[in-house]
Amino acid sequence: MQAPADETLIARIARGDRLAMQVLFARHHVRVYRFVLRQLGDEMAAQDIIGDVFLDVWRQADRFEGRSAVSTWLIAIARFKALSLLRKRREEKLDDETAESIEEPSDDPELAAAKRDKGEKLRQCLAALSPEQREVIDLVYYHEKSVEEVAQIVGIPENTVKTRMFYARKKLGELCRMAGIDRGWP
Amino acid sequence: MTQSDAGPEQRPNIEPSEIMTLLPWYAVGTLRRRDRQRVEEALRNDPDLARQADLVREELAETIRVNESLGAPSARVMDRLMAAIDAEALAARKRSSPRAVARWLTSLIAGFSPRTLAVAASIATLAIALQAFLLISMLTKPHSGYQLASVEGESHGRGTFAMVRFARQASAAEITKFLESYQASLVDGPKPGGLYRVRVALTSLAKEELGRIVQRMRQERIVESAEPTE
Repeated sequence: MQAPADETLIARIARGDRLAMQVLFARHHVRVYRFVLRQLGDEMAAQDIIGDVFLDVWRQADRFEGRSAVSTWLIAIARFKALSLLRKRREEKLDDETAESIEEPSDDPELAAAKRDKGEKLRQCLAALSPEQREVIDLVYYHEKSVEEVAQIVGIPENTVKTRMFYARKKLGELCRMAGIDRGWP
Repeated sequence: MTQSDAGPEQRPNIEPSEIMTLLPWYAVGTLRRRDRQRVEEALRNDPDLARQADLVREELAETIRVNESLGAPSARVMDRLMAAIDAEALAARKRSSPRAVARWLTSLIAGFSPRTLAVAASIATLAIALQAFLLISMLTKPHSGYQLASVEGESHGRGTFAMVRFARQASAAEITKFLESYQASLVDGPKPGGLYRVRVALTSLAKEELGRIVQRMRQERIVESAEPTE
């Protein structure tokens, strides 16, 4: 039996179908969670946010117009919530304990990654990118979003998506070179 | 996030080729067919671009590894979500039940043809008029049925009567019992001074006989005063 498409699930959720909600949640919650966790670096907050994201889906399913893929819609909601929380946290001046729980990118990837293998160094360098650069790389490589979908999620023109991705990769190459990996570019 | 935060893409002196910017999407397989064909063609003719594509695949693999290492959220998230959904559904049902009845009525009426509506309105008008008539009839006709030994409208009828004032503390049950024991009935009152007109017999009794009855009544605990009357 073929699994129902996300759009079918959304239509059923709009009619109050709890089972459809559970299926949609099971299908997408891990990826949405990882996306939010990469933004926040806080597991508890990321879990709270995905609960909120899917509750929004329950409330707004009847307003979903199908202009984007359901997964894109979910990530757009999650991104908005994560950024709102980050903004709020900045305003509240994070207390030291919470600040310590957020993984900060290494200031010196060369030092931190010197004794590790190439893959691990590369992952360290990925972590050292700015939040905007990390976000676009995650959306393209891990969440498999097209240029148009990234533009929808982030709210920027498609050409900006392409150049942002290019410069994120370029920065990654620079960080790798500093960490002792010569990839031949840039 | 603002455009200025993104910084590097605004550097004017570095202009990547368009094909190069498309490589990440090519590697993932999310390019439109036309763009994919352009990239494939460029890769065949440009060894530098092919090397770039290898770097992209390397980044892709490590990005997936980083994300996969993040694990999954607790199963409690689903439980909390479903509990929140149940709570919302319950609250919505409570809010909407009167509105649901109104919506049902509205949709029912909307389903009728104008002719049906006109007939229904006529029947409703008739029913209201009939109901009003019945109510007026009930209010204006003399009472019938059980009336606690008090028969209004017969205060000036035949029989023998006495004016009785009951004690303030006398209960309705005591007065009823009193009337039963004398086979009497209240026919009017209370009049000024708290007096009740009581029929002590359906026939006209002799004055002496009425005097005896009244005398006996005066001995009752619940009677303050009793006098013969016409």
